[in-house]
Amino acid sequence: MPVLTHLEAVRQGIWEEMERDPSVFLLGEDIGVYGGAFKVTQGMLEKFGADRVIDTPISESAIVGAAVGAALMGMRPVVEMQFMDFIACGFDQIVNMAAKMHYRWGPAVPIVIRGPSGAGVHGGPFHSQSNEMWFVHTPGLKVVVPATAYDAKGLIKASIRDDNPVIFYEHKFLYRRIKDDVPEEDYLVPIGKARIAREGTDIAVITYGAMVWTALEAAQELEKEGISVEVIDLRSLVPYDEEAVLSSVRKCSKVILLHEDTRIGGFAGELAAVISEKAFEDLDGPIFRVTAPDTPVPFSPPLEEYFLPNAQRVIDAARRLAAY
Amino acid sequence: MPGLKAATIAKKVVEPDVKTLERMLYYLKLTREAEQLLERVLYRQGKIVGGVYVGRGQEAIAVGSAIQLVEGDVVFPSHRDFAAWIIRGFTLRDVFLNWLGRAHGPTRGRENTNHFGDVRRGLIPVISPLGDTCPLACGTALVQKQRARGNVTLVHFGEGTTSRGDVHEAMNLAAVWTLPVIFICNNNAYAYSTPTRQQYAVKDLSARAPAYGMPGMTIDGNDVLKVYDAARQAIKRARAGKGPSFIECKTFRMTGHSAHDAAQYVPKELFEMAAKDDPLARFEKELVAMKIVDSKRLGQLEQQIAKEIDEAVAFAESSSLPEGADAVKGVYCEAGCVWQATGV
Amino acid sequence: MRASFRQLETRRAGLPDKAVKLTRDQYHDLYYYLRLNRRVDEQLTSLYRQGKVVGGVYSSLGQEGISVGTAYALGPDDVVGIMIRNAGAMLVRGFRPRDLFMQYMARRDGPTGGRDANTHFGDLKRGVIAPISMLGELVPLLAGVALAARIRRQQRVALTYVGDGSTSTTPFHEGLNLAAVLKLPLILIAENNGWAYSTPIEKQTANTHLVDRAQAYGIAGAAIDGNNVVEVYEATSEAAERARKGGGPTLIEARTMRMKGHAEHDDARYVPKELIEKWRKRDPIVAYEKLLTKERLLTAEEKAEVEGRVEKVIREDLEFAEASPFPAPETETQPVWA
Repeated sequence: MPVLTHLEAVRQGIWEEMERDPSVFLLGEDIGVYGGAFKVTQGMLEKFGADRVIDTPISESAIVGAAVGAALMGMRPVVEMQFMDFIACGFDQIVNMAAKMHYRWGPAVPIVIRGPSGAGVHGGPFHSQSNEMWFVHTPGLKVVVPATAYDAKGLIKASIRDDNPVIFYEHKFLYRRIKDDVPEEDYLVPIGKARIAREGTDIAVITYGAMVWTALEAAQELEKEGISVEVIDLRSLVPYDEEAVLSSVRKCSKVILLHEDTRIGGFAGELAAVISEKAFEDLDGPIFRVTAPDTPVPFSPPLEEYFLPNAQRVIDAARRLAAY
Repeated sequence: MPGLKAATIAKKVVEPDVKTLERMLYYLKLTREAEQLLERVLYRQGKIVGGVYVGRGQEAIAVGSAIQLVEGDVVFPSHRDFAAWIIRGFTLRDVFLNWLGRAHGPTRGRENTNHFGDVRRGLIPVISPLGDTCPLACGTALVQKQRARGNVTLVHFGEGTTSRGDVHEAMNLAAVWTLPVIFICNNNAYAYSTPTRQQYAVKDLSARAPAYGMPGMTIDGNDVLKVYDAARQAIKRARAGKGPSFIECKTFRMTGHSAHDAAQYVPKELFEMAAKDDPLARFEKELVAMKIVDSKRLGQLEQQIAKEIDEAVAFAESSSLPEGADAVKGVYCEAGCVWQATGV
Repeated sequence: MRASFRQLETRRAGLPDKAVKLTRDQYHDLYYYLRLNRRVDEQLTSLYRQGKVVGGVYSSLGQEGISVGTAYALGPDDVVGIMIRNAGAMLVRGFRPRDLFMQYMARRDGPTGGRDANTHFGDLKRGVIAPISMLGELVPLLAGVALAARIRRQQRVALTYVGDGSTSTTPFHEGLNLAAVLKLPLILIAENNGWAYSTPIEKQTANTHLVDRAQAYGIAGAAIDGNNVVEVYEATSEAAERARKGGGPTLIEARTMRMKGHAEHDDARYVPKELIEKWRKRDPIVAYEKLLTKERLLTAEEKAEVEGRVEKVIREDLEFAEASPFPAPETETQPVWA
């Protein structure tokens, strides 16, 4: 079985959907001739032509809006944001136009907005954000965040086939750093189902995106001191797999919620509330969160390192929780 | 390339056929009467909740343009383009059911005013952040261009809306991609309380068009035949693959911004002057002069329209309101849905 | 309508013949800043290749005439919002090469203490406002600066830049329309270097004469040779005078060429080589040297003196910057609030 990087897996997933369904087409800045800033769409212009791989002006609002309009005509556009930070430039079209249309008067809006997010590559404040909560908080959108190359391919395909607007986050730090066995055939990963990345019994670490790897790193260390950590990879935030979360909490009785996103209003807060509501009796300790602090993402390496949650912080939290 | 002078248009006015003229008269009168009822009766009786936005005095713009659409064309009307819905096949019942927030209306009570549409009928409504529909119009036009059946998209917005970035991005996109989309600007002199001199610094908004590389024109928006002709030319260009156009229709907003707004910031003289320029009165006069209708026929038409409206309103009023629990349903489209209200 | 703007393009490539007059010292100043801008750029490229730069390097090679000419035409009280390729403007406004070196190398003593990268820094005391990565966003912001000046009846002018790509954006439009309708003292330089990353201007917009946008907003416009620093200076001075007299904004399209890729990592293979060659022959610094020599405004000694000064400050600042440590991690969460 071929081994692909996270980035190659996304590319293959898009490629297969483009081959399979002529209504799928791509819009974005520098995605055609240049193959995309990260080369995700490399080769696609040559293969599928300028009608289906469209280089756009710098107009995020118009790009998203045009995607919505084309979707109403039966197409399935996939919009690339050069960096997910720039999604803010098309915010109105996403939250007011795309998200609410089906609820309001019926038509489906099958668009995917995808792009690289996350920190760890010294991108500075505008090339490193994790802004998923803007869209988690907007009913009508789906939010997908794969952590493995296998899931990246299966989930981008599922997202393209979904009839709702999907915001698809690819973590740029993972792009070339992680690899996986990725089947060459057509397969989907369902949106809304979590994955047990590692089985464990003492502490459940619930997370998504690049932090899944951080959690696994910490888990390996903690194993040596006899703390058995289960890692749950959410894979999507809207919808998310509540049952998997609660099941893990019931099993382990102690939980750490981990995300790279900043603290206030981060997904951990939502999970903590649900766990408290529905699994209170099963808890043997308080719910811990490990997140980035509430600041913009800083540029200089020591500052960025301080900002990002890492394995050590997870280990420290786990030790405190284990002792409770 | 840019800008056709008004005089040129006048010489080339191509009269629509008699049937089309009669249809345009019908739509103009229907709009006037229906909006009169919405704004000055139902709203004041408390039967409509929320805002009421009508297009009194601006009716020629929607009628003159939308009447030329064929199957496969798409229109994005503004909140002041009532006639577009009827022209595209919605019924008066649909309209009043939605205004009255009824369960069996086109949005099941979820959206107010005329924020409803139907992709199969090629009508897509605004959302309240105005100008957002312009990029969507580029999207529908992009697909129309690729399908190469000669279809076009019309998108309507006011002069105030032209200050929004979405209009700018869309016009630039439409021109650089040579899309079959026609940008129709209803310049009714006021954006809520903001007069045009506080909205932009050009004399005519058609001055924007050449900057994007598309032709633009400014016309008398209260002359439905001028609107018809300008739209005809733009539609012809678009169908022939020559790309977008911009048409500025000058008119006057004969109401407040909405029903609750007495528009006291508008000098009375402006209302008086505009009243003499009423598009409906002008057209009736013209048709009478052309001997296409007489006062008897006009009377019959009025009666017919009144009857249609009364029936639709009565139907809507007796229709049930939605169940509260319906509010949480249908946020997502599952399993290949193409949800549309049953309507009537 | 467009014809009248074309006339501006055949402007004589020589000394300004209007009220705008420069002294010999000022001609030398312009020369100094041009040379300094070029050397900083070269040095950054060198640092990048040595692996000392964190993140990308966005060169202004070949575009120095615009940054230096515009910034030099402003008064000390004026405010400029710089963009990614306007390091030259920052130097004119009083920043030093070390500030740019330390920014690019993410060092503690840089103007943002390592929090943001490259030219994303500013100083209100020097009248410099930093950009964000989202293009076009400085236009409404500098319109606001101009508005404050007008409300307070100050003679201040606000100036900022957009690339050819940025003219497609929402904030470009909304900001410029606002400045136009309020007749604000704003100067907007459309730095047309032909490329937005890999997107040539022909794919960006159907009317590549960006100066035509001025008509769309009802403001003054000019199209100039961006590689003629004197012309840039002159056009900016005219615009500033117009602004101070209450004549509202000016859009100046300055034509130039992006001589390298979008950033150092981009080899720009999508740009036709002939185009680069054609513009290499129009290098702004070489052209200016020729002009000064021809008009006897720069002797060989004076030229050497400028070069010496430039090298000295580059050497000193490079040393300073390389010696600056990385920031202490805990400073990360220091107050986000003022």
